[in-house]
Amino acid sequence: MSMSRTIKVDALARVEGEGALTVTVRKGELKDVQFRIFEPPRFFEGFLRGRRYAEAPDITARICGICPVAYQMSSVHAMENAFGVTVDGPLRELRRLIYCGEWIESHALHVYMLHAPDFLGFEDAIRMAHKHPDAVKRGLRLKKAGNDIVTLLGGREIHPINVRVGGFYRVPAKREWMQLIEELKWAREAAVETVLWTGQFDFPDFEQDYEFVALRHPDEYPFNEGHIASNKGLDIEVRDFERHFEEEHVARSTALHAVRKTAGSGRQPYHVGPLARYALNFDKLSPLAQETAKAAGLRSVCNNPFQSIVVRSVETLYAVDEALRILENYEEPDRPYVPVTPRASTGYGASEAPRGLLYHRYEVDADGTILSACIVPPTAQNQKTVERDLWNFIPSRLDLSKEELTWQCEQAIRNYDPCISCSAHFLRLELRKS
Amino acid sequence: MTAKSKPKLAVWKFASCDGCQLSLIDCEDELLAVTGEVEIAYFLEASRAVVRGPYDLSLVEGSITTAEDAERIRAVRRVSKTLVTIGACATAGGIQALRNFVDVEEYIAAVYAHPEYINTLATSTPVSEHVYVDFQLRGCPINKWQLIEVVSAYLNGRKPFIPTYSVCMECKRRGITCVMVAQGTPCLGPVTQAGCGALCPSYNRGCYGCFGPMDTPNPASLSEWWLKGLGVSTADLVRAWRGFNAYAEPFRKESEAHEHV
Repeated sequence: MSMSRTIKVDALARVEGEGALTVTVRKGELKDVQFRIFEPPRFFEGFLRGRRYAEAPDITARICGICPVAYQMSSVHAMENAFGVTVDGPLRELRRLIYCGEWIESHALHVYMLHAPDFLGFEDAIRMAHKHPDAVKRGLRLKKAGNDIVTLLGGREIHPINVRVGGFYRVPAKREWMQLIEELKWAREAAVETVLWTGQFDFPDFEQDYEFVALRHPDEYPFNEGHIASNKGLDIEVRDFERHFEEEHVARSTALHAVRKTAGSGRQPYHVGPLARYALNFDKLSPLAQETAKAAGLRSVCNNPFQSIVVRSVETLYAVDEALRILENYEEPDRPYVPVTPRASTGYGASEAPRGLLYHRYEVDADGTILSACIVPPTAQNQKTVERDLWNFIPSRLDLSKEELTWQCEQAIRNYDPCISCSAHFLRLELRKS
Repeated sequence: MTAKSKPKLAVWKFASCDGCQLSLIDCEDELLAVTGEVEIAYFLEASRAVVRGPYDLSLVEGSITTAEDAERIRAVRRVSKTLVTIGACATAGGIQALRNFVDVEEYIAAVYAHPEYINTLATSTPVSEHVYVDFQLRGCPINKWQLIEVVSAYLNGRKPFIPTYSVCMECKRRGITCVMVAQGTPCLGPVTQAGCGALCPSYNRGCYGCFGPMDTPNPASLSEWWLKGLGVSTADLVRAWRGFNAYAEPFRKESEAHEHV
């Protein structure tokens, strides 16, 4: 068959935000792959300048309606780092708890509503619900359990209002949790079923050699804290992130492309998100999550991005398990937050958003006004890896019909659960006045 | 519309965080019931299937920040019988409208390594500055119960019941002690439209204005209270008005009145 063609997906569906893909094939050979983000820039780093430190969690939450808690967490940790404050004990546990809620709602959304329809051959979850009503209902209820955690602790599921630098505005009383515990026990069973369900999907044989980058912590599966580590020997403090990673401004995207700076092999793409966390932290998953992962056919490292749906399900199970552990041991803290005193300083924070590492840096003056901000979201970091996957994925599939190949390419992008609205908001306003 | 065909619902996105359209998917218990009543004809966040217009009801999220989007919103209006904006970005320009208070054109040209890659307007504006809007649903994010109310109102040919009084009303109704009077915490509740359920005061903090100005607000009086009664600095006052609804007229004028004092 004639092999000169262009595949264009002008607006990718079932991703958060606006992205497009152009694949060019000439004479049977793959010539170009461009994963473009054309979400209009919103200049967060520009207008954060001149705002108060205390506003950072509320403002940066608005970068992403799917993972606002991640933005709140990275920003409060960065500010606390700047002011030399440590938040521990029950307040630290509550931060893990609200993060569990976000992982559950975000992962359940992606697994059931956005990604599973690809594997089962449906345009969307609503059409899938006609054939698989029980699965879709289970997904929605699981998602709701996650949202319930965020709502109780944060006030509402999207852009929660209760997170502040130092802790929370108000912490719920123990009795407010009781109903939630019952629902989470159901969610644990549902999450086990989810892992086993997704484990049975058909996956293309597509093992890749990635540099996985994620937080690693000595005692726990990472949410808020840890070193930035990789499977290729990287192990650094959060504050050193920008020494090892760099963002490039590329013409075709309104999001910057992040690369890892290596001594030997130049600038390299890397992989953040569930596969990376899992590969680097399998030993820190709860026993139930580990066992269920194995029962679904996973090993302790998964190099096939199409299986990310299974890994995301394992992480959902872990998050439910961890939320139950925190709730069952919860002791009300004596105060809802640790007071902070601003000082002129630079603070660094990184946490694990559902889609991967989220890095924040703020420079703050003595009265707490933000002088500069730098935010590196997960999808910007994965952009180059998504393109590289497509370069490797497409050549052996050039015989497929255009329609089929298009769908498979979309699916390969959706493996990353790309949150395009996040990643495009970071065109940096660096003021260099001469 | 024949008895058999369902009304067509479309969801459109402009510059935004996706949170307001996510509110529709966050109606976990109601989603399948809603999709039983309408045909989801265009909703890219949820589906790759696209049904051609015209659409009976279009929900529009996000503000207009590029020349292409200014064109696109006109095209959306042409194929929509009813157009409802959802959220602070679509109804007031959103947090990204903070650019409207600085000279962005010059800013970008002076600043970027590759200014030629940047394609953006100097302002972030609400949808209503570009096309006729049938109804504006407020909030950053919108309240999902209000969303269901709006969708079901338009499907049934009635006017949505969305109160335009202030957050104070909700606070009183919930029996929450006033954080401003009792604790001296600055609060935008007296001038902000209800809809959140007085969330922030119920968590012991002041309202920061997610739902934008209420019907006939008196921002000047509130500024006076903050400055003289609570000892808030002018800079903090300006920042408070310049939040997620900074470009909504009553808030915009109030911030400008204090900016260079």
